[in-house]
Amino acid sequence: MTTPTQRSWKLQPFIKNPTLRWTLWVLTAIYLVLAFGTMEINWDRVAEGVTRSQRFLAAFFPPDFISRWDSIVEGIYESLWMAVTSTVVGILLSIPVGLGAARNLSFRPIYLFCRGILAVSRTFPEVILAIFFVKLFGFGPFAGFMALSIGTIGFYGKLLAEDIEDMDPVQAEAIRATGASWLQWLNYSVQPQVMPRMIGLGMYRLDINFRESAVVGIVGGGGIGATLLTSFDRYEFDSAAAILLVIIGIVMLVEYSSGYIRKKVQ
Amino acid sequence: MLRIDKLVKQYKTGDIALKGVSLEIPKGQVLALIGPSGAGKSTVIRCVNRLVEPTEGKIWLNDLELVSLSSAALRRARRRMGMIFQEYALVERLSVMENVLSGRLGYVGFWRSFFRKYPQNDINEAYRLLERVELDHMADKRADELSGGQRQRIGICRALIQNPDLLLVDEPTASLDPKTSRQIMRLICDLCQERQLAAIINIHDVHLAQMFAKRIVGLQEGKIVYDGPPDSLTPDVLTQIYGEEDWEATIEEVEDEEEIEIAMETAGASS
Repeated sequence: MTTPTQRSWKLQPFIKNPTLRWTLWVLTAIYLVLAFGTMEINWDRVAEGVTRSQRFLAAFFPPDFISRWDSIVEGIYESLWMAVTSTVVGILLSIPVGLGAARNLSFRPIYLFCRGILAVSRTFPEVILAIFFVKLFGFGPFAGFMALSIGTIGFYGKLLAEDIEDMDPVQAEAIRATGASWLQWLNYSVQPQVMPRMIGLGMYRLDINFRESAVVGIVGGGGIGATLLTSFDRYEFDSAAAILLVIIGIVMLVEYSSGYIRKKVQ
Repeated sequence: MLRIDKLVKQYKTGDIALKGVSLEIPKGQVLALIGPSGAGKSTVIRCVNRLVEPTEGKIWLNDLELVSLSSAALRRARRRMGMIFQEYALVERLSVMENVLSGRLGYVGFWRSFFRKYPQNDINEAYRLLERVELDHMADKRADELSGGQRQRIGICRALIQNPDLLLVDEPTASLDPKTSRQIMRLICDLCQERQLAAIINIHDVHLAQMFAKRIVGLQEGKIVYDGPPDSLTPDVLTQIYGEEDWEATIEEVEDEEEIEIAMETAGASS
Protein backbone atom coordinates (compact mmCIF):
# COMPACT_ATOMS: atom_id res chain seq x y z
CA MET A 1 0.00 0.00 0.00
CA THR A 2 1.33 3.42 -0.92
CA THR A 3 0.87 6.32 1.43
CA PRO A 4 -1.03 9.18 -0.20
CA THR A 5 1.03 12.31 -0.81
CA GLN A 6 0.58 14.94 1.87
CA ARG A 7 -0.93 18.20 0.63
CA SER A 8 -1.19 20.92 3.19
CA TRP A 9 -4.15 23.30 3.28
CA LYS A 10 -4.66 26.56 5.09
CA LEU A 11 -7.57 28.99 5.06
CA GLN A 12 -6.73 31.82 2.67
CA PRO A 13 -6.46 35.13 4.57
CA PHE A 14 -9.03 37.82 3.74
CA ILE A 15 -6.28 40.32 2.86
CA LYS A 16 -3.90 38.51 0.56
CA ASN A 17 -0.93 40.89 0.73
CA PRO A 18 0.99 40.03 3.97
CA THR A 19 2.67 43.44 4.26
CA LEU A 20 -0.66 45.27 4.05
CA ARG A 21 -2.26 42.79 6.44
CA TRP A 22 0.40 43.19 9.12
CA THR A 23 0.61 46.96 8.71
CA LEU A 24 -3.15 47.23 9.32
CA TRP A 25 -2.89 45.09 12.45
CA VAL A 26 0.01 47.11 13.84
CA LEU A 27 -1.64 50.47 13.11
CA THR A 28 -4.86 49.35 14.78
CA ALA A 29 -2.93 48.18 17.83
CA ILE A 30 -0.98 51.46 18.09
CA TYR A 31 -4.15 53.52 17.80
CA LEU A 32 -5.95 51.52 20.50
CA VAL A 33 -2.98 51.79 22.89
CA LEU A 34 -2.84 55.55 22.38
CA ALA A 35 -6.60 55.98 22.63
CA PHE A 36 -6.90 54.16 25.91
CA GLY A 37 -3.64 55.64 27.16
CA THR A 38 -4.91 59.20 26.82
CA MET A 39 -8.29 58.51 28.41
CA GLU A 40 -8.46 60.53 31.63
CA ILE A 41 -10.16 58.79 34.45
CA ASN A 42 -10.37 60.68 37.68
CA TRP A 43 -11.09 57.95 40.22
CA ASP A 44 -12.03 60.49 42.89
CA ARG A 45 -14.81 61.77 40.70
CA VAL A 46 -15.97 58.26 39.91
CA ALA A 47 -16.15 57.53 43.62
CA GLU A 48 -18.13 60.72 44.17
CA GLY A 49 -20.45 59.77 41.33
CA VAL A 50 -21.18 56.45 43.00
CA THR A 51 -22.29 58.04 46.26
CA ARG A 52 -24.21 60.70 44.36
CA SER A 53 -26.01 58.08 42.29
CA GLN A 54 -27.06 56.39 45.51
CA ARG A 55 -28.61 59.61 46.72
CA PHE A 56 -30.15 60.13 43.33
CA LEU A 57 -31.74 56.71 43.32
CA ALA A 58 -32.95 57.20 46.86
CA ALA A 59 -34.62 60.44 45.76
CA PHE A 60 -36.46 58.46 43.08
CA PHE A 61 -38.21 56.36 45.71
CA PRO A 62 -41.04 56.18 46.25
CA PRO A 63 -42.14 57.39 42.78
CA ASP A 64 -44.77 60.07 43.09
CA PHE A 65 -47.54 59.64 40.59
CA ILE A 66 -49.98 61.92 42.36
CA SER A 67 -48.72 65.47 42.68
CA ARG A 68 -47.92 65.91 38.95
CA TRP A 69 -50.48 63.44 37.61
CA ASP A 70 -52.29 65.97 35.43
CA SER A 71 -49.17 67.10 33.62
CA ILE A 72 -48.03 63.48 33.25
CA VAL A 73 -51.32 62.61 31.56
CA GLU A 74 -51.08 65.66 29.36
CA GLY A 75 -47.48 64.88 28.41
CA ILE A 76 -48.27 61.25 27.60
CA TYR A 77 -51.28 62.29 25.56
CA GLU A 78 -49.13 64.76 23.61
CA SER A 79 -46.38 62.20 23.08
CA LEU A 80 -48.80 59.57 21.84
CA TRP A 81 -50.38 62.12 19.51
CA MET A 82 -46.93 62.99 18.21
CA ALA A 83 -45.93 59.34 17.79
CA VAL A 84 -49.11 58.31 15.98
CA THR A 85 -49.42 61.31 13.66
CA SER A 86 -45.73 61.39 12.75
CA THR A 87 -45.76 57.64 12.05
CA VAL A 88 -48.81 57.89 9.79
CA VAL A 89 -47.64 60.99 7.94
CA GLY A 90 -44.05 59.74 7.71
CA ILE A 91 -45.12 56.38 6.28
CA LEU A 92 -47.50 57.95 3.77
CA LEU A 93 -44.76 60.28 2.53
CA SER A 94 -42.15 57.55 2.49
CA ILE A 95 -44.14 55.28 0.15
CA PRO A 96 -43.56 57.35 -3.02
CA VAL A 97 -39.98 58.03 -1.98
CA GLY A 98 -39.37 54.34 -1.26
CA LEU A 99 -40.87 53.29 -4.60
CA GLY A 100 -38.65 55.78 -6.39
CA ALA A 101 -35.60 54.64 -4.45
CA ALA A 102 -36.01 50.98 -5.41
CA ARG A 103 -33.52 50.30 -8.17
CA ASN A 104 -35.65 47.64 -9.84
CA LEU A 105 -38.66 49.87 -10.39
CA SER A 106 -37.49 53.37 -11.06
CA PHE A 107 -35.40 55.23 -13.58
CA ARG A 108 -31.91 56.41 -12.85
CA PRO A 109 -32.64 60.15 -12.25
CA ILE A 110 -35.67 59.43 -10.05
CA TYR A 111 -33.69 56.78 -8.21
CA LEU A 112 -30.85 59.19 -7.43
CA PHE A 113 -33.27 61.93 -6.39
CA CYS A 114 -35.18 59.65 -3.98
CA ARG A 115 -32.00 58.13 -2.59
CA GLY A 116 -30.85 61.70 -2.01
CA ILE A 117 -33.98 62.51 0.02
CA LEU A 118 -33.47 59.38 2.08
CA ALA A 119 -29.80 60.10 2.67
CA VAL A 120 -30.49 63.65 3.82
CA SER A 121 -33.33 62.70 6.15
CA ARG A 122 -31.20 59.95 7.64
CA THR A 123 -28.20 62.18 8.21
CA PHE A 124 -29.67 64.08 11.14
CA PRO A 125 -30.83 62.30 14.26
CA GLU A 126 -34.31 63.22 15.50
CA VAL A 127 -32.92 65.41 18.29
CA ILE A 128 -31.03 67.61 15.85
CA LEU A 129 -34.08 67.88 13.62
CA ALA A 130 -36.17 68.76 16.67
CA ILE A 131 -33.79 71.55 17.72
CA PHE A 132 -34.02 72.91 14.19
CA PHE A 133 -37.83 72.77 14.08
CA VAL A 134 -38.16 74.29 17.54
CA LYS A 135 -36.18 77.24 16.17
CA LEU A 136 -38.50 77.39 13.15
CA PHE A 137 -41.92 76.84 14.70
CA GLY A 138 -41.34 77.56 18.38
CA PHE A 139 -41.76 75.26 21.38
CA GLY A 140 -44.44 72.62 21.37
CA PRO A 141 -45.43 69.28 19.95
CA PHE A 142 -45.70 70.49 16.35
CA ALA A 143 -41.91 70.81 16.16
CA GLY A 144 -41.62 67.31 17.58
CA PHE A 145 -44.14 66.01 15.07
CA MET A 146 -42.15 67.48 12.17
CA ALA A 147 -38.86 66.06 13.43
CA LEU A 148 -40.28 62.57 13.91
CA SER A 149 -42.08 62.60 10.56
CA ILE A 150 -38.85 63.36 8.74
CA GLY A 151 -37.03 60.74 10.74
CA THR A 152 -39.75 58.25 9.77
CA ILE A 153 -39.41 59.04 6.06
CA GLY A 154 -35.70 58.26 6.14
CA PHE A 155 -36.15 55.07 8.12
CA TYR A 156 -39.22 53.66 6.44
CA GLY A 157 -38.42 54.80 2.89
CA LYS A 158 -35.01 53.18 2.96
CA LEU A 159 -36.30 49.87 4.32
CA LEU A 160 -39.22 49.86 1.88
CA ALA A 161 -36.87 50.46 -1.05
CA GLU A 162 -34.60 47.67 0.12
CA ASP A 163 -37.48 45.27 0.61
CA ILE A 164 -38.75 46.02 -2.90
CA GLU A 165 -35.28 45.42 -4.29
CA ASP A 166 -35.23 42.01 -2.58
CA MET A 167 -38.61 40.86 -3.88
CA ASP A 168 -39.04 37.83 -6.09
CA PRO A 169 -38.82 39.17 -9.66
CA VAL A 170 -40.62 36.18 -11.15
CA GLN A 171 -43.89 36.89 -9.35
CA ALA A 172 -43.66 40.47 -10.58
CA GLU A 173 -42.93 39.26 -14.12
CA ALA A 174 -45.96 36.98 -14.05
CA ILE A 175 -48.29 39.87 -13.23
CA ARG A 176 -46.64 42.05 -15.87
CA ALA A 177 -47.22 39.30 -18.43
CA THR A 178 -51.00 39.45 -17.88
CA GLY A 179 -51.18 42.94 -19.35
CA ALA A 180 -51.67 44.65 -15.99
CA SER A 181 -51.13 48.39 -15.74
CA TRP A 182 -48.31 49.76 -13.58
CA LEU A 183 -50.57 50.51 -10.60
CA GLN A 184 -52.23 47.09 -10.85
CA TRP A 185 -48.81 45.55 -11.05
CA LEU A 186 -47.77 47.35 -7.85
CA ASN A 187 -50.96 46.31 -6.10
CA TYR A 188 -50.84 42.64 -7.16
CA SER A 189 -47.18 41.73 -7.20
CA VAL A 190 -45.13 44.24 -5.22
CA GLN A 191 -47.51 45.04 -2.38
CA PRO A 192 -48.28 41.45 -1.32
CA GLN A 193 -44.58 40.69 -1.21
CA VAL A 194 -43.54 43.62 0.96
CA MET A 195 -46.68 44.16 3.04
CA PRO A 196 -46.10 41.86 6.04
CA ARG A 197 -42.64 43.22 6.69
CA MET A 198 -43.82 46.78 6.17
CA ILE A 199 -46.64 46.39 8.69
CA GLY A 200 -44.12 45.05 11.17
CA LEU A 201 -41.74 47.91 10.50
CA GLY A 202 -44.57 50.42 10.80
CA MET A 203 -45.34 49.09 14.28
CA TYR A 204 -41.66 49.18 15.12
CA ARG A 205 -41.43 52.77 13.94
CA LEU A 206 -44.42 53.72 16.11
CA ASP A 207 -42.53 52.26 19.03
CA ILE A 208 -39.37 54.23 18.10
CA ASN A 209 -41.35 57.44 17.60
CA PHE A 210 -42.91 57.15 21.03
CA ARG A 211 -39.51 56.72 22.66
CA GLU A 212 -38.03 59.51 20.54
CA SER A 213 -40.92 61.79 21.50
CA ALA A 214 -39.54 61.75 25.06
CA VAL A 215 -36.10 62.83 23.81
CA VAL A 216 -37.53 65.41 21.43
CA GLY A 217 -39.49 66.92 24.31
CA ILE A 218 -36.30 67.66 26.22
CA VAL A 219 -35.14 70.07 23.50
CA GLY A 220 -38.51 71.81 23.42
CA GLY A 221 -40.56 69.56 21.17
CA GLY A 222 -43.36 69.04 23.67
CA GLY A 223 -44.72 65.76 24.97
CA ILE A 224 -43.70 63.69 27.96
CA GLY A 225 -40.08 64.74 27.46
CA ALA A 226 -41.02 68.30 28.37
CA THR A 227 -42.80 67.09 31.50
CA LEU A 228 -39.77 64.99 32.43
CA LEU A 229 -37.42 67.93 31.97
CA THR A 230 -39.60 70.18 34.10
CA SER A 231 -39.64 67.72 36.96
CA PHE A 232 -35.85 67.34 36.83
CA ASP A 233 -35.46 71.12 36.77
CA ARG A 234 -37.61 71.40 39.88
CA TYR A 235 -35.67 68.58 41.59
CA GLU A 236 -38.88 66.57 41.81
CA PHE A 237 -37.10 63.29 41.38
CA ASP A 238 -40.02 61.28 42.71
CA SER A 239 -42.27 62.67 39.96
CA ALA A 240 -39.51 62.07 37.41
CA ALA A 241 -39.35 58.45 38.54
CA ALA A 242 -43.09 58.16 38.04
CA ILE A 243 -42.76 59.57 34.52
CA LEU A 244 -39.96 57.17 33.68
CA LEU A 245 -42.05 54.26 34.92
CA VAL A 246 -45.00 55.38 32.81
CA ILE A 247 -42.72 55.64 29.74
CA ILE A 248 -41.30 52.17 30.40
CA GLY A 249 -44.81 50.78 30.79
CA ILE A 250 -46.05 52.28 27.53
CA VAL A 251 -42.94 51.24 25.60
CA MET A 252 -43.40 47.68 26.83
CA LEU A 253 -47.07 47.74 25.88
CA VAL A 254 -46.33 49.05 22.35
CA GLU A 255 -43.49 46.59 21.94
CA TYR A 256 -45.61 43.64 23.05
CA SER A 257 -48.53 44.56 20.80
CA SER A 258 -46.28 45.28 17.81
CA GLY A 259 -44.63 41.88 18.28
CA TYR A 260 -48.05 40.26 18.39
CA ILE A 261 -49.23 42.05 15.23
CA ARG A 262 -46.02 41.22 13.41
CA LYS A 263 -46.46 37.54 14.20
CA LYS A 264 -50.07 37.70 12.99
CA VAL A 265 -49.29 39.21 9.59
CA GLN A 266 -46.36 36.97 8.67
CA MET B 1 -51.10 32.70 -35.87
CA LEU B 2 -47.69 33.49 -34.44
CA ARG B 3 -44.83 34.32 -36.74
CA ILE B 4 -41.36 35.08 -35.51
CA ASP B 5 -39.05 36.56 -38.10
CA LYS B 6 -35.25 36.65 -37.71
CA LEU B 7 -35.36 37.33 -34.00
CA VAL B 8 -32.05 38.50 -32.52
CA LYS B 9 -31.39 39.21 -28.89
CA GLN B 10 -28.15 40.59 -27.59
CA TYR B 11 -27.97 41.19 -23.84
CA LYS B 12 -26.27 44.23 -22.35
CA THR B 13 -23.41 41.98 -21.28
CA GLY B 14 -22.72 41.37 -24.99
CA ASP B 15 -23.93 37.77 -24.99
CA ILE B 16 -25.92 37.01 -28.09
CA ALA B 17 -28.77 34.80 -26.91
CA LEU B 18 -30.64 34.50 -30.20
CA LYS B 19 -29.00 34.63 -33.60
CA GLY B 20 -31.88 35.01 -36.03
CA VAL B 21 -34.68 32.68 -34.97
CA SER B 22 -37.62 32.32 -37.34
CA LEU B 23 -40.68 30.24 -36.49
CA GLU B 24 -44.26 30.04 -37.62
CA ILE B 25 -46.91 28.43 -35.48
CA PRO B 26 -50.43 27.82 -36.77
CA LYS B 27 -53.55 28.04 -34.62
CA GLY B 28 -53.95 25.10 -32.26
CA GLN B 29 -50.44 23.75 -32.58
CA VAL B 30 -48.46 22.72 -29.52
CA LEU B 31 -44.78 23.16 -30.14
CA ALA B 32 -42.06 21.94 -27.80
CA LEU B 33 -38.86 23.94 -27.76
CA ILE B 34 -35.96 21.82 -26.57
CA GLY B 35 -32.30 22.54 -26.15
CA PRO B 36 -29.55 22.73 -23.54
CA SER B 37 -29.54 25.30 -20.75
CA GLY B 38 -28.53 28.67 -22.13
CA ALA B 39 -29.63 27.87 -25.68
CA GLY B 40 -32.08 30.77 -25.58
CA LYS B 41 -35.41 28.92 -25.09
CA SER B 42 -36.57 31.21 -22.37
CA THR B 43 -35.40 34.28 -24.27
CA VAL B 44 -37.54 33.28 -27.26
CA ILE B 45 -40.79 33.19 -25.32
CA ARG B 46 -39.94 36.27 -23.27
CA CYS B 47 -39.28 38.19 -26.47
CA VAL B 48 -42.74 37.26 -27.72
CA ASN B 49 -44.52 39.01 -24.83
CA ARG B 50 -41.63 41.44 -24.49
CA LEU B 51 -40.69 40.70 -20.93
CA VAL B 52 -37.34 40.79 -22.72
CA GLU B 53 -36.91 43.42 -25.44
CA PRO B 54 -35.77 41.90 -28.74
CA THR B 55 -32.74 43.51 -30.36
CA GLU B 56 -33.81 42.83 -33.94
CA GLY B 57 -36.52 41.00 -35.81
CA LYS B 58 -40.27 41.05 -36.01
CA ILE B 59 -42.99 39.08 -34.27
CA TRP B 60 -46.56 38.91 -35.53
CA LEU B 61 -49.45 37.71 -33.42
CA ASN B 62 -52.20 37.32 -36.01
CA ASP B 63 -51.90 40.67 -37.82
CA LEU B 64 -50.34 42.58 -34.99
CA GLU B 65 -46.61 43.30 -35.03
CA LEU B 66 -45.46 43.08 -31.40
CA VAL B 67 -41.90 44.42 -31.42
CA SER B 68 -42.89 47.97 -32.40
CA LEU B 69 -45.83 48.32 -29.97
CA SER B 70 -46.04 51.24 -27.57
CA SER B 71 -46.47 50.39 -23.91
CA ALA B 72 -50.27 50.79 -23.83
CA ALA B 73 -50.72 48.71 -26.98
CA LEU B 74 -48.28 46.16 -25.60
CA ARG B 75 -50.41 45.78 -22.47
CA ARG B 76 -53.45 45.10 -24.66
CA ALA B 77 -51.46 42.60 -26.72
CA ARG B 78 -50.20 40.81 -23.60
CA ARG B 79 -53.79 39.96 -22.70
CA ARG B 80 -53.84 37.67 -25.75
CA MET B 81 -50.77 35.75 -24.56
CA GLY B 82 -50.97 33.61 -21.45
CA MET B 83 -47.74 32.69 -19.75
CA ILE B 84 -46.99 29.71 -17.54
CA PHE B 85 -43.79 29.69 -15.51
CA GLN B 86 -41.19 27.27 -14.27
CA GLU B 87 -41.52 27.99 -10.55
CA TYR B 88 -45.26 28.64 -11.00
CA ALA B 89 -44.70 32.36 -10.24
CA LEU B 90 -47.91 32.64 -8.26
CA VAL B 91 -48.02 35.63 -5.98
CA GLU B 92 -47.56 33.62 -2.83
CA ARG B 93 -49.29 35.88 -0.36
CA LEU B 94 -52.41 36.28 -2.46
CA SER B 95 -55.24 33.76 -2.36
CA VAL B 96 -55.77 31.19 -5.08
CA MET B 97 -58.75 33.14 -6.39
CA GLU B 98 -56.82 36.43 -6.49
CA ASN B 99 -54.07 34.68 -8.40
CA VAL B 100 -56.52 33.31 -10.95
CA LEU B 101 -58.34 36.64 -11.28
CA SER B 102 -55.02 38.46 -11.75
CA GLY B 103 -55.19 37.02 -15.26
CA ARG B 104 -58.01 39.53 -15.88
CA LEU B 105 -55.97 42.57 -14.82
CA GLY B 106 -55.52 43.65 -18.41
CA TYR B 107 -59.31 43.83 -18.81
CA VAL B 108 -60.49 45.54 -15.62
CA GLY B 109 -59.83 49.05 -14.34
CA PHE B 110 -57.52 49.84 -11.44
CA TRP B 111 -60.15 50.47 -8.75
CA ARG B 112 -62.10 47.35 -9.60
CA SER B 113 -58.95 45.28 -9.32
CA PHE B 114 -57.87 47.15 -6.19
CA PHE B 115 -61.10 46.35 -4.36
CA ARG B 116 -61.24 42.86 -5.90
CA LYS B 117 -64.64 43.65 -7.42
CA TYR B 118 -64.33 41.65 -10.61
CA PRO B 119 -67.22 41.35 -13.06
CA GLN B 120 -69.46 38.37 -12.35
CA ASN B 121 -68.45 36.79 -15.67
CA ASP B 122 -64.82 36.76 -14.63
CA ILE B 123 -65.68 35.10 -11.35
CA ASN B 124 -67.81 32.49 -13.11
CA GLU B 125 -64.99 31.79 -15.51
CA ALA B 126 -62.49 31.56 -12.65
CA TYR B 127 -64.67 28.96 -10.91
CA ARG B 128 -65.13 27.05 -14.17
CA LEU B 129 -61.37 26.88 -14.65
CA LEU B 130 -60.75 25.93 -11.03
CA GLU B 131 -63.32 23.16 -11.38
CA ARG B 132 -61.62 22.03 -14.58
CA VAL B 133 -58.33 21.58 -12.69
CA GLU B 134 -60.22 20.24 -9.64
CA LEU B 135 -59.10 22.96 -7.25
CA ASP B 136 -62.29 24.99 -6.78
CA HIS B 137 -62.41 24.02 -3.10
CA MET B 138 -59.05 25.79 -2.63
CA ALA B 139 -60.25 29.19 -3.90
CA ASP B 140 -59.70 31.00 -0.59
CA LYS B 141 -56.46 29.28 0.40
CA ARG B 142 -53.26 31.26 0.18
CA ALA B 143 -51.19 30.27 -2.85
CA ASP B 144 -48.20 29.23 -0.72
CA GLU B 145 -50.29 26.57 1.02
CA LEU B 146 -50.53 24.54 -2.18
CA SER B 147 -48.28 21.74 -3.43
CA GLY B 148 -46.15 22.18 -6.55
CA GLY B 149 -48.57 20.41 -8.88
CA GLN B 150 -51.53 22.34 -7.49
CA ARG B 151 -49.68 25.63 -7.87
CA GLN B 152 -48.89 24.89 -11.47
CA ARG B 153 -52.56 24.14 -12.14
CA ILE B 154 -53.43 27.55 -10.67
CA GLY B 155 -50.74 29.04 -12.90
CA ILE B 156 -52.50 27.43 -15.87
CA CYS B 157 -55.87 28.87 -14.76
CA ARG B 158 -54.31 32.34 -14.49
CA ALA B 159 -53.01 32.06 -18.05
CA LEU B 160 -56.29 30.72 -19.46
CA ILE B 161 -58.60 33.24 -17.83
CA GLN B 162 -56.87 35.83 -19.98
CA ASN B 163 -58.70 34.14 -22.85
CA PRO B 164 -55.47 34.05 -24.84
CA ASP B 165 -54.75 33.01 -28.42
CA LEU B 166 -51.31 31.81 -27.49
CA LEU B 167 -49.73 30.13 -24.49
CA LEU B 168 -46.10 30.76 -23.65
CA VAL B 169 -44.97 28.00 -21.36
CA ASP B 170 -41.55 28.16 -19.71
CA GLU B 171 -40.31 24.84 -18.31
CA PRO B 172 -43.67 23.94 -16.74
CA THR B 173 -42.41 20.71 -15.23
CA ALA B 174 -38.90 21.60 -14.12
CA SER B 175 -39.82 21.71 -10.43
CA LEU B 176 -42.29 18.81 -10.45
CA ASP B 177 -41.96 15.07 -9.87
CA PRO B 178 -42.23 12.78 -12.92
CA LYS B 179 -45.86 11.79 -12.41
CA THR B 180 -47.09 15.33 -11.74
CA SER B 181 -45.01 16.52 -14.70
CA ARG B 182 -46.98 14.27 -17.02
CA GLN B 183 -50.29 15.27 -15.54
CA ILE B 184 -49.42 18.93 -16.02
CA MET B 185 -48.23 18.40 -19.59
CA ARG B 186 -51.35 16.42 -20.39
CA LEU B 187 -53.54 19.13 -18.89
CA ILE B 188 -51.82 21.88 -20.89
CA CYS B 189 -52.09 19.90 -24.13
CA ASP B 190 -55.74 18.95 -23.51
CA LEU B 191 -56.65 22.55 -22.78
CA CYS B 192 -54.85 23.74 -25.90
CA GLN B 193 -56.84 21.24 -27.92
CA GLU B 194 -60.17 22.19 -26.30
CA ARG B 195 -59.60 25.88 -26.94
CA GLN B 196 -57.62 25.62 -30.16
CA LEU B 197 -54.69 27.45 -28.59
CA ALA B 198 -51.24 27.63 -30.04
CA ALA B 199 -48.52 27.00 -27.49
CA ILE B 200 -44.76 27.19 -27.26
CA ILE B 201 -43.56 24.94 -24.48
CA ASN B 202 -39.95 25.22 -23.39
CA ILE B 203 -38.91 21.96 -21.94
CA HIS B 204 -35.63 20.24 -21.32
CA ASP B 205 -37.10 16.81 -20.73
CA VAL B 206 -36.85 15.19 -24.13
CA HIS B 207 -39.21 12.27 -23.33
CA LEU B 208 -41.95 14.57 -22.19
CA ALA B 209 -41.54 16.72 -25.28
CA GLN B 210 -41.79 13.68 -27.52
CA MET B 211 -44.75 12.31 -25.63
CA PHE B 212 -46.94 15.39 -25.78
CA ALA B 213 -45.94 17.72 -28.60
CA LYS B 214 -46.79 17.29 -32.26
CA ARG B 215 -43.82 19.38 -33.32
CA ILE B 216 -40.39 19.71 -31.81
CA VAL B 217 -37.97 22.55 -32.36
CA GLY B 218 -34.38 22.14 -31.21
CA LEU B 219 -32.50 25.27 -30.24
CA GLN B 220 -28.75 25.33 -29.88
CA GLU B 221 -26.72 28.42 -29.07
CA GLY B 222 -29.47 30.72 -30.28
CA LYS B 223 -30.15 28.95 -33.57
CA ILE B 224 -32.78 26.46 -34.65
CA VAL B 225 -31.06 23.19 -35.48
CA TYR B 226 -34.09 20.91 -35.68
CA ASP B 227 -37.73 21.43 -36.60
CA GLY B 228 -39.87 18.39 -37.14
CA PRO B 229 -42.10 15.69 -35.71
CA PRO B 230 -41.15 13.98 -32.44
CA ASP B 231 -40.46 10.57 -34.00
CA SER B 232 -37.66 11.86 -36.21
CA LEU B 233 -35.62 12.84 -33.18
CA THR B 234 -32.73 10.45 -33.73
CA PRO B 235 -29.55 10.15 -31.68
CA ASP B 236 -27.81 12.18 -34.37
CA VAL B 237 -30.28 15.00 -34.00
CA LEU B 238 -29.99 14.96 -30.22
CA THR B 239 -26.21 15.02 -30.54
CA GLN B 240 -26.54 18.05 -32.75
CA ILE B 241 -28.74 19.80 -30.20
CA TYR B 242 -27.12 18.78 -26.94
CA GLY B 243 -23.70 17.43 -27.87
CA GLU B 244 -22.14 13.98 -27.78
CA GLU B 245 -23.82 11.51 -25.42
CA ASP B 246 -25.32 8.04 -25.63
CA TRP B 247 -28.87 8.87 -26.72
CA GLU B 248 -30.15 5.37 -27.44
CA ALA B 249 -31.26 4.88 -23.87
CA THR B 250 -33.18 8.15 -23.81
CA ILE B 251 -35.12 7.38 -26.93
CA GLU B 252 -35.88 3.78 -26.04
CA GLU B 253 -36.94 4.77 -22.60
CA VAL B 254 -39.60 6.99 -24.06
CA GLU B 255 -41.36 4.07 -25.66
CA ASP B 256 -41.06 1.97 -22.50
CA GLU B 257 -42.44 4.70 -20.35
CA GLU B 258 -45.28 5.33 -22.69
CA GLU B 259 -46.32 1.71 -22.25
CA ILE B 260 -46.03 2.01 -18.50
CA GLU B 261 -48.09 5.15 -18.63
CA ILE B 262 -50.85 3.43 -20.59
CA ALA B 263 -50.73 0.50 -18.18
CA MET B 264 -50.92 2.90 -15.25
CA GLU B 265 -53.88 4.71 -16.68
CA THR B 266 -55.86 1.55 -17.35
CA ALA B 267 -55.04 0.39 -13.82
CA GLY B 268 -56.17 3.76 -12.52
CA ALA B 269 -59.39 3.61 -14.52
CA SER B 270 -60.27 0.10 -13.35
CA SER B 271 -59.59 0.77 -9.66
